[in-house]
Amino acid sequence: MPKTLLQIDWLSILIVVLLIVFGWSNIYSTTVTASDAEVFDFSKIYGKQLIWIGLGIFITILILSIEAKFFEKFSTVIYIFAVLSLAGLFLFGKTIAGQTAWYSFGSFSIQPAEFVKTAVALVLAKYLSEINVDLKKFKSQIKAAGIIAIPFLLIMLQPDAGSALIYLAFIIPLYREGLPHWYIVFGFLVAIIFILTLKFGFAIIAPIIFSIAVLIFLINRKNKPKVFIYLLVTFLCISFSYSVNFILNDVLLPHQKDRFDVLIGESNDIKGSAFNLYQSEVAIGSGGLWGKGWLKGTQTQGRFVPEQHTDYIFSTVGEEWGFLGTSFVVILFASLILRLFYLAERQKSQFNRVYGYCVFSVIFLHFFVNIAMVIGLFPTVGIPLPFFSYGGSGLWGFIILIFIFLKLDAKRKSLN
Amino acid sequence: MRKFLPIILVSFSAIIFMARLFYLQIIDDSYDEVSTNIAVRKVYDYPQRGYIYDRNGELLVGNQPAYDVMAIPLEVKTFDTLELASLLKLSPNQLKKQLDKAWRYSPRLASVITPQLTKKEYAYLQERMHKYQGFYIQKRSLRDYNVKHSANILGYIAEVNNRDIKQNPYYQSGDLIGKQGVEEQYEKELRGVRGVKYFLRNIHNKNIKPFKDGDFDTISQKGNDLTLTIDAQLQKYGELLMKNKRGGIVAIEPSTGEILSLVTAPTYDPDKLVGRKRSKNFTELYYDSISKPLYNRPLQAIYAPGSPFKALTGLVALQEGVVDLEESFSCNGGYTYARGARMGCHHHPSPTEMVTGIAHSCNSYFAQIYRRTIEKYETPQKGIDVWRKHMASFGLGDYLGYDLPVGRAGLLPDAEYYNRAYQYPTYNWYASATLSNAIGQGEVLTTPIQLANAIAAIANKGWFYKPHILKSINEESIEMDKYTTKQHTTIDKKHFDPIIQGMHDVFNYGTARFLQVPGIEVCGKTGTSENYIKIDGERMQLTDHSIFVAFAPKDNPKIAIAVFVENGYWGSRYAGRISSLMIEKYLKGNIERKDLESWILSHSLEDEYAKPYSGEPFEINQ
Repeated sequence: MPKTLLQIDWLSILIVVLLIVFGWSNIYSTTVTASDAEVFDFSKIYGKQLIWIGLGIFITILILSIEAKFFEKFSTVIYIFAVLSLAGLFLFGKTIAGQTAWYSFGSFSIQPAEFVKTAVALVLAKYLSEINVDLKKFKSQIKAAGIIAIPFLLIMLQPDAGSALIYLAFIIPLYREGLPHWYIVFGFLVAIIFILTLKFGFAIIAPIIFSIAVLIFLINRKNKPKVFIYLLVTFLCISFSYSVNFILNDVLLPHQKDRFDVLIGESNDIKGSAFNLYQSEVAIGSGGLWGKGWLKGTQTQGRFVPEQHTDYIFSTVGEEWGFLGTSFVVILFASLILRLFYLAERQKSQFNRVYGYCVFSVIFLHFFVNIAMVIGLFPTVGIPLPFFSYGGSGLWGFIILIFIFLKLDAKRKSLN
Repeated sequence: MRKFLPIILVSFSAIIFMARLFYLQIIDDSYDEVSTNIAVRKVYDYPQRGYIYDRNGELLVGNQPAYDVMAIPLEVKTFDTLELASLLKLSPNQLKKQLDKAWRYSPRLASVITPQLTKKEYAYLQERMHKYQGFYIQKRSLRDYNVKHSANILGYIAEVNNRDIKQNPYYQSGDLIGKQGVEEQYEKELRGVRGVKYFLRNIHNKNIKPFKDGDFDTISQKGNDLTLTIDAQLQKYGELLMKNKRGGIVAIEPSTGEILSLVTAPTYDPDKLVGRKRSKNFTELYYDSISKPLYNRPLQAIYAPGSPFKALTGLVALQEGVVDLEESFSCNGGYTYARGARMGCHHHPSPTEMVTGIAHSCNSYFAQIYRRTIEKYETPQKGIDVWRKHMASFGLGDYLGYDLPVGRAGLLPDAEYYNRAYQYPTYNWYASATLSNAIGQGEVLTTPIQLANAIAAIANKGWFYKPHILKSINEESIEMDKYTTKQHTTIDKKHFDPIIQGMHDVFNYGTARFLQVPGIEVCGKTGTSENYIKIDGERMQLTDHSIFVAFAPKDNPKIAIAVFVENGYWGSRYAGRISSLMIEKYLKGNIERKDLESWILSHSLEDEYAKPYSGEPFEINQ
């Protein structure tokens, strides 16, 4: 343990601590009421978050004390345990707001999905580091996809599309380990065509797809491209664009469709789906450069942003700390993610590297989806901002996820 | 490439976020105001609406206080629905519906739950309101009518609807806005400026203290008082005379273009559209599709002008030089203008020239001089366009630009119109095809105010001011270029004298000789216009409209008037009598010819109006 403390990456820890402290002060601001400003009041949300943070320190010490080898060796067991915990929700879980995502122990609830990400990352790292696994081969691709798909589907059944969405993050480590390029290209194409068709309609997007295809074909003319492939891809893209309305109307649930409509500005129903986003943008937008000051945000203090201490915590930063505060948080996250990326790349062991990739990818997707949603660039998806949002499960989940990697990194030289 | 993907993704996202945040927080300042709006409560102070006076300073419209129960849906906490519903005299269901509607309008802006309580209801509620979080009472001012007439001129005020709010961001749910008449036309003058006080609050509606020490508060300003050009006594008398008849009266002061009275019949008591009873009464008036009390006939009804139009036909013929004052035409009970085509005329001394032609209203005379006017030019197209230009200079076929929100342009046909109607150039058409225009019975259609304006132009011998209804604002007379610029007709001044003489002779020995106003030299012209309606797709002719135009005195005229009485038969029968009485009332102040007055007051046309709807065959022009 003392040796670990010497070798551990203190920069990452510093950023995490900054995020947690700044996060808590914002939670305090959104939930404090003037008459009872007692920090250690554990009946209040900010008080409870202090307990989660305290226990989080305890968990950190525990993880750093565990032998680094343990995580690789027991990854499969952890994974099976994690999947069972998800499946068990349908038997013993508690349904809150239509989602069966919680185990409830008295006044205290725990959300297994927040911990399952770590298990998936461990088992994925373990699988990809096996000698005979090659992501260029279809068989390996299928197995890797299966590891991700099982918890993904269980979470979709809760149903919690937001948490499930995070599992897309695992494409990044897979890509690093040799997944063919076209998976990424395909993923981007689907996303871009989907969003652009929603925004501008099939009649505009289809000709654009066609023009781009012709343009690329003409540029590539000298390489004698295969006309058939071009036609096929163009046809598939246009067909997909054509089916977007069908997906929206017949596949997505009404509230999910509303969220897309709100994002592309089709719905001005301030009471309904747009209300959260609108209130959030008002709070952020009124912050200006310097912000209104801690505990002085009129939106925040008036409690106008729903779910402000959890998913919308970033809007408090926007209102009370202004552009300086929001930039600070964005830069902190970007630095943390890039730092973790750097650490992952310096690993000698493939297990460590894949796990490291999983860690920063998951944090990145949370960061990206949450902030993009709060500032109106992404549909409303209920996922927390790592280390920042209120909630024990989320906080501990991220602490476990990141500190296992920091432990692996500290011990990278003694391994292998 | 594989190693760079994360760097690209992270940097790219961070840059996009910062750009978006920079936009939201620094460039776009629209949120600052919204934010203020939410966390700071605005309390409105509604000013009194401006008063409305008649030209002699008689108060027509004042104000009375009224109280709206408002709610801000986001702030409404659980409450005893039954109790509040009974306090507001609603059913619990209605109350729920109102709250749902308020949510849809806006969760954080106030909506009206129950409008316009009386003072008594207010006093009772006031003590109990504190129990209902999110509800409060807003004081406003409602109209208080001092008179029972002029509803079509004044208009009314009503709660803004969603369209008003969308069109003009000044308004919010529950605000009152002028609808119709002067209330609509001069809404901005009348409404004044709403005052706002800002209070800081939390979502529990507590901690109310002035926001930034009241630096942003504004004081309400009372609306401007308007003085109209209307003569209340004349208007009241006109409405009385038109009782049990349908039609319109327009009286204008020729020297200024000021509208002295604007009567529509049937009409309603303006007090009907005040307060909570407004919407019920409005629906009743709105759905009365037979007598149409909301239809502003002097401005919106279009009629064939009939014989008064002969005065204009004569003026145009004189201006075009196709006839002189001495030339006479004989009339043998009509004029045969083509083989088998004859325009009939009534029995009168023959032959006639211009002055006697007007006095006796001879169809043959005017048909012939009209024909000459058109045939002066090589083609009938050219002739019609010249004729149209002269007529248009009297303000016909045009909205006239008066300051009331409704109107019709009427119809003044041009060559294009007849080319289309007769399928030119496949078929040719000639002046004779348009001959009925000569006697105001052809394609020409006018509103009563257009005709009154044309008569004012004759009274002025060749010019007019655009008719208008606003005289002064806060006792300062309006100086609007629009209403102080002389509009000149295309007819030379000298041609008016014989026409005016003819109109004077109408009273001396012509069609209105028994309608002379003792001691006043009146000029006028009778008119009788055929008309048709369609009921269940069947076209039927109804009893003729009775029309009369006049101005008086002959020298230095003070009043020009046009009266239309639907299905009143010949011109002097109803319209002539009413015009004569109106002129006497306005110039003398009281009526000496009581028998004439009582004839009008005791005669109703309701039986006539019921005929076509009776479902039985009926006779007209009885």
